[in-house]
Amino acid sequence: MGKLGWDAIPLHDPIPLVAAAVVMLALAGLGVLVTAKGWWPVLWRDWITTVDHKRIGVMYVLLALVMLVRGFADALMMRSQLALAAGHARGYLPPAHYDQIFSAHGTIMIFFVGMAFMVGLMNFAVPLQIGARDVAFPVLNSVSFWLTAAGVLLTNVSLVVGEFARTGWLAYPPLSELAYSPGVGVDYWLWSLQISGVGTLLSGINLTTTILKMRAPGMGYSRMPIFTWTALAANMLIIAAFPILTATLGMLLLDRYLDFHFFTNELGGNAMMYVNLIWAWGHPEVYILILPAFGIFSEVIATFSGKPLFGYRSMAAATLAICVVSFMVWLHHFFTMGAGADVNAFFGIATSIIAIPTGVKIFNWLFTMYGGTLRFETPMLWAIGFIVTFVIGGATGVMLAIPPADFQLHNSLFLVAHFHNVIIGGVVFGAFAGYTYWFPKAFGFRLHDGLGKAVFWCWFIGFWLAFLPLYVLGLAGATRRMQHYPDVSWQPWMVVAFVGALVILAGIVLTVVQLVVSVRTRDRLRDASGDPWDGRTLEWSTTSPPPAWNFAALPQVASLDAFWEAKRCRGGALPAAPGEGGRTLHLPRPSALGVVVAFFAFVGGFALVWHVWWLALAGLSGCVAAGLARAWQVEHEFEVDVVAGGRA
Amino acid sequence: MQTAAAWPQGVLDPQGPVAAAERTILGNATVIMLAVVVPVIVMTLAFAWWFRAGNRWARRDPEWAYSGAVEVTVWAIPALIVLFLGGVAWIGSHELDPRKPIASSVAPVRVQVVSLDWKWLFIYPDLGVASVNRLVVPAGAPLQLQLTSASVMNSFFVPQLGSQIYTMAGMTTTLHLLADRPGNFPGLSAQFSGDGFSDMRFDAIALPPAQFAQWLDGARTSAQPLDAAQYQALARPAVAEVPLTFAPVAPGLFQHIVAASTRTPAMPGMGG
Repeated sequence: MGKLGWDAIPLHDPIPLVAAAVVMLALAGLGVLVTAKGWWPVLWRDWITTVDHKRIGVMYVLLALVMLVRGFADALMMRSQLALAAGHARGYLPPAHYDQIFSAHGTIMIFFVGMAFMVGLMNFAVPLQIGARDVAFPVLNSVSFWLTAAGVLLTNVSLVVGEFARTGWLAYPPLSELAYSPGVGVDYWLWSLQISGVGTLLSGINLTTTILKMRAPGMGYSRMPIFTWTALAANMLIIAAFPILTATLGMLLLDRYLDFHFFTNELGGNAMMYVNLIWAWGHPEVYILILPAFGIFSEVIATFSGKPLFGYRSMAAATLAICVVSFMVWLHHFFTMGAGADVNAFFGIATSIIAIPTGVKIFNWLFTMYGGTLRFETPMLWAIGFIVTFVIGGATGVMLAIPPADFQLHNSLFLVAHFHNVIIGGVVFGAFAGYTYWFPKAFGFRLHDGLGKAVFWCWFIGFWLAFLPLYVLGLAGATRRMQHYPDVSWQPWMVVAFVGALVILAGIVLTVVQLVVSVRTRDRLRDASGDPWDGRTLEWSTTSPPPAWNFAALPQVASLDAFWEAKRCRGGALPAAPGEGGRTLHLPRPSALGVVVAFFAFVGGFALVWHVWWLALAGLSGCVAAGLARAWQVEHEFEVDVVAGGRA
Repeated sequence: MQTAAAWPQGVLDPQGPVAAAERTILGNATVIMLAVVVPVIVMTLAFAWWFRAGNRWARRDPEWAYSGAVEVTVWAIPALIVLFLGGVAWIGSHELDPRKPIASSVAPVRVQVVSLDWKWLFIYPDLGVASVNRLVVPAGAPLQLQLTSASVMNSFFVPQLGSQIYTMAGMTTTLHLLADRPGNFPGLSAQFSGDGFSDMRFDAIALPPAQFAQWLDGARTSAQPLDAAQYQALARPAVAEVPLTFAPVAPGLFQHIVAASTRTPAMPGMGG
């Protein structure tokens, strides 16, 4: 069994064991419930093997919410550790454990919460917004999702079998090389990200193709909803950036497994190459996360102001400008690595330049509200809270972009506060706005509004309580990733930050409460119209939830905000595109390819982590065999009767 | 700045020209950004409140979605600010380039800095002494630091003196700092380097020149030599509980440490 033995289970450490026990009990309970209710066939046919982009989108969002709980548990442990470990105190988490926690927190929050949430929302909304029946490659979409899930599983298995990386979420060498990290932690990190990264890349190809090739007749680029624009930009970034990640991690894998020397100091290797490469992916990555959030806010602000988006063309141009410039700024993550003044200044200025299109977006949102009729439903609260929060995160970002200022703030808690300011204030707020906004489209009833507002206020207040102290501490000279600190005068600020985290915890608990309450009172929250917010774009023109084929007849689009125009001029009826309106349609069959491939990918990844070569070979063979089996399958579609609503 | 006293020992309490210049840049950037951010926040809240659905007095214009004048303005405002901040970034990057020597009538003190697991070794090549976790320097004299790592990446950082810089094995970075007046300034590693990272703290102690000379004499007479064996003991992964002093120091130790990190390991089966 390679390096795997019973000593891999951390029996001496109660925290992961208890956590794992709770998770396994919950899963077992869920299994019993599903079995008792006889839901397995439905679960298998309608969810696990589904190729419907809407259901896959919902599963991505569910995965993101579950991982938010895991990542947030890590955050609570870090904040409580630092609230305790001042002066001579050492807290309750020894470095070996604490280092895994912050590494897992960053990895999980970026890859499995931020990415999964945004990919899920894009998956759900983009085909509906552009008047398509599905994504370009529905089965591939299922493969993408399940590969992401396999990466998630592998990361979480590390909690009880072995350990996770103790290197920080980007695992800089030489610390992440065998000489300094001989355990399996870095390998778990590497294989989790390799597997889920392939899923993300495939998803990027899928959505880009969908947007470029499958828009409804008449929907030129200047009539594309702004969320679709931002999704296009984000997915093009995925296609351009994720291969860099895969290659970089591949080189580190070769270093660790086959004694290569890409990033070690021997034989001409150099760790600085890794730092450059990882950020050549890493900086576009943050725009992959934030651009769809910008798109969501654009839709939400226009909808809840009852006005078209102000400066639509400017907004699309700003999106593309951010998309391009985001590839020219990576060096600002390491101004302190000793580059010359010309190089640092170039990248500092390039970074500030991104603030121009971002600023344009903010002003355009302001003018979208101007003259409108604002309804403060939950999504709109997230949007306004976002603007107020994000501009401050943007401002501190521009400060960090000035190299000599960064020499003082790099890696400090000021930096930690900055990126949480833009990621929570931007990505998380955007994700929750989108979740609340599209939930009635997905399920036919709204989420409870009062509880939704309570969730917002918890996050908004909790965020500022948790991170304003970190700005202060960063200026006081506190650095990131400390397990303890000598200066007891920092402790009160750390305690305030911990209280902020508790307020956010209340928000997360209320998110679960909101979901449960909304499901239980769904008859009162039911939306029969399909258009609960008085929407502007095509997804609101179909029923809620939409049928598997989205639109019985694909619409002919003649303007921006086509559904809004139709409501104003023709009572909401969109003209059908030529050739549409037939009774029968061909839909792709459910496919087990995704879940089977992901199963073998997980097995292979786990085996590679533990050097169990025969099992790794079995995993790889399983993936290939599943693909081949799919290639020999003849019947890929079935016919539905769109009037009767079932199989023809 | 008023706030300096509130957070002593941080970047807002500079004790040298580099940190002082950086605080000025930080302050200027903050003011410039606030000049935009505050109006935007006020406008956001004001627009949202005024155009709320229930306000009878608000003039609605539900079709207003484009204005050339507004578009030009909203591109121009951030562009002008970035143009200005870009100038600050360009000039600041050159003025405060870590490799740029600090002009002074006092002769610079050379210090070679080595990050170890998990401690800092300071070698004074011209003075023949070395110390661990205590960087003693004469106040008012420019410091010329050459830095490397004998282990993983770290970042040498004394917030009150300014400008952190990475230490990397097999490579040398350069940093120029100056302490204006005597004092004890906390230093740390700002780049995570493993389990002992949180204890990679040191004191940067600036002494009046006379006391610095005294410290040197004391170090030379009482300390133990830093030879190859002593260095090997020091390089073993552990936290240094107390600061140490060494004299004399094996000549070329720093160069030896840099070279050792890039040495090609013996390749089995490749004939040597």
